[in-house]
Amino acid sequence: MRQPTSIRKRLFYQLAAVAAVLSLAFVLVVRGVASQAAEGTQDDILAASATAIADSLSSEQGEVTLELPYSALSMLGTINEDRVFYRVTVNNETLTGYADLPVTNAPTRLDTPAFSTEIYRGDEVRLTSILRRVSNSATGSKVVVTVAQTRSGLAAITQRITVTATGVGLLFFLLATTLSLLAATSALRPLSRMTGAVTRRGPSDLRPVTEDTPAELAPLVGALNSFMARLRSSLTRTEDLITEAAHRVRTPLATVRTQAEVTHRKLNKPEHKQAIRDMIRAIDESSRSAGQILDHAMVTFRADSLALDPLDLAALITETCDRLAPTADLKDIALLRKLPDGPVPFKGDGIMLQAALHNILDNAIKYSPEDSDITVRIEVNSALHLSITDQGRGFGDMDFESLTTRYARGANVGDVVGSGLGLTIADEVARAHGGRLELSHNKEGQGACVSLILPYV
Amino acid sequence: MRYLLIEDNLKLAGAVVERLQLDGHAVDHADRLDAATACMDVADYDLILLDIMLPDGDGRDFLQRQRRAEKRTPVIVITARSAVSDRISLLDLGADDYITKPFDFAELEARCRAVLRRQGGAADNQKTFEGTILNLTTGELQFGDSSTNLRNRELRLLEVFFAAPGQVFSKSHLIDRMFSFSDEASENAIEVYVARLRKRLEGSGARIETVRGLGYRMIAA
Repeated sequence: MRQPTSIRKRLFYQLAAVAAVLSLAFVLVVRGVASQAAEGTQDDILAASATAIADSLSSEQGEVTLELPYSALSMLGTINEDRVFYRVTVNNETLTGYADLPVTNAPTRLDTPAFSTEIYRGDEVRLTSILRRVSNSATGSKVVVTVAQTRSGLAAITQRITVTATGVGLLFFLLATTLSLLAATSALRPLSRMTGAVTRRGPSDLRPVTEDTPAELAPLVGALNSFMARLRSSLTRTEDLITEAAHRVRTPLATVRTQAEVTHRKLNKPEHKQAIRDMIRAIDESSRSAGQILDHAMVTFRADSLALDPLDLAALITETCDRLAPTADLKDIALLRKLPDGPVPFKGDGIMLQAALHNILDNAIKYSPEDSDITVRIEVNSALHLSITDQGRGFGDMDFESLTTRYARGANVGDVVGSGLGLTIADEVARAHGGRLELSHNKEGQGACVSLILPYV
Repeated sequence: MRYLLIEDNLKLAGAVVERLQLDGHAVDHADRLDAATACMDVADYDLILLDIMLPDGDGRDFLQRQRRAEKRTPVIVITARSAVSDRISLLDLGADDYITKPFDFAELEARCRAVLRRQGGAADNQKTFEGTILNLTTGELQFGDSSTNLRNRELRLLEVFFAAPGQVFSKSHLIDRMFSFSDEASENAIEVYVARLRKRLEGSGARIETVRGLGYRMIAA
């Protein structure tokens, strides 16, 4: 698999590479300049020394003589412990000094020092030779003064400078790398801010991104926003289509169901009656599922921009219970309300809470046996506990967690019609309000207890 | 009871009318709002069943006009919209209740009864047999000085007997009248409810008799 590229890493690596190249160049240049300067200094001293020796040449009775000036050699001795060699030749005959000192760079012009680097007695030496013409008798003698010095001092200086330069270069590299890391991070901060703003959103929050964005990101944000607008309009269209389809189907379904009821009444044979009964159940099932799917879509939609309206939970419960009482009445089920006296103020989305309550109660009625009680309670402590307890078949051994997943149904639902969305809707409503749905067993006997736990905002 | 059904889908309307007539109700049908208004001018209805989408207008406007005109005939809206927000707005407009298509007639009847009870109307919606009075709206059973309130299923069962005293009803017919289609009912359940009714009727002029092999009937005690 290809690793995703990171702009931050790339930016950092590129900046670091540039810093490395610059550091290396710095070290090389400093070393080059330094060793050149050191060489130049040695050459100057060598030339001065050779010149001083040459200046001490004199001519006596046609013979070239030399009074070797001590200073000429001592000025060379200042550098480290380098050894110094010299040689003076008169017409290619060694006058004094080391006779085997090579003079490969015999100068051709007078008083102009010539330089070369040789290996002498196992060491690298720097040589300077100058040519003098010492006049005696008729012809002048050609005198070559050669001074040589080993280069260990020079190497030491060069090395010292190299070490220092490398240190400085390394320091520069580290500093530049750190700065480039900071720069890469700070340059990408608007991007991560924007990413955060988009990531923190709910799954269907499709409002445009309004965070401040740098000019470079504006086209991206623009493209993102226009994409989200298109997605939103397409979602809205789909939602409208689903709602519309659900509505269109309901009237013919109602016709079929009513005719089926009439037919059922007129038929006598049990097997015919059973067939009609099955048909009616199938119609009820599809109608109920359609309703719950729409409720679920509505809850998901509203959860993203949760309305926090002040409302009275007690009134909301009373209203929903009143609404469902005739349905419960059909099975002689009593909806008991244990509510505190007076209003229970709460801030939330009334429509969502009603959908949650309606679905929980509808479930409870469906799974309750005839002649039983369903109790709706509100308990107020640090949070609001809204619990609905029935005397039905309960949750059995089902995993409570899995019951709130979409389309999951209990293992003991038997023949009861259902889509498995009821508790999911309630769970999502609770979570949208920062609360949770709690499933437990009825503590006072058989049955289930579903609680919405809603924290005060 | 007398219903006015306002519904433009003729197939559905026909089926609803037939279904309500099976339970012994009188039903007039109007397929447009102007026809509905005409009906209301000449007759008094106990209840109006109102569809929302009609060819000559919105049922909600009709509802509002009714409420502004202080006409208190209860209205139950038959809606194809199941969303909570749609339901809430219907109640705000003055509907007494609503029912979502497709609907169960037992539930519709239960809702009608609840609406009428709330309104305190239809006090005369009662049947008498041998001095025993059964109020079909409130489920109140009266004889002599005693008065009890029947539960829903008891009422639905006794209603059948009161509609045709002396007639024998088979267990399966009684099951159809008493249980919803989602309930799994057995013939034993009927025996349980008949036993309860017998207890309720103790001391009254009516009693329920078992007709071996055929079913039950209500006769004078």
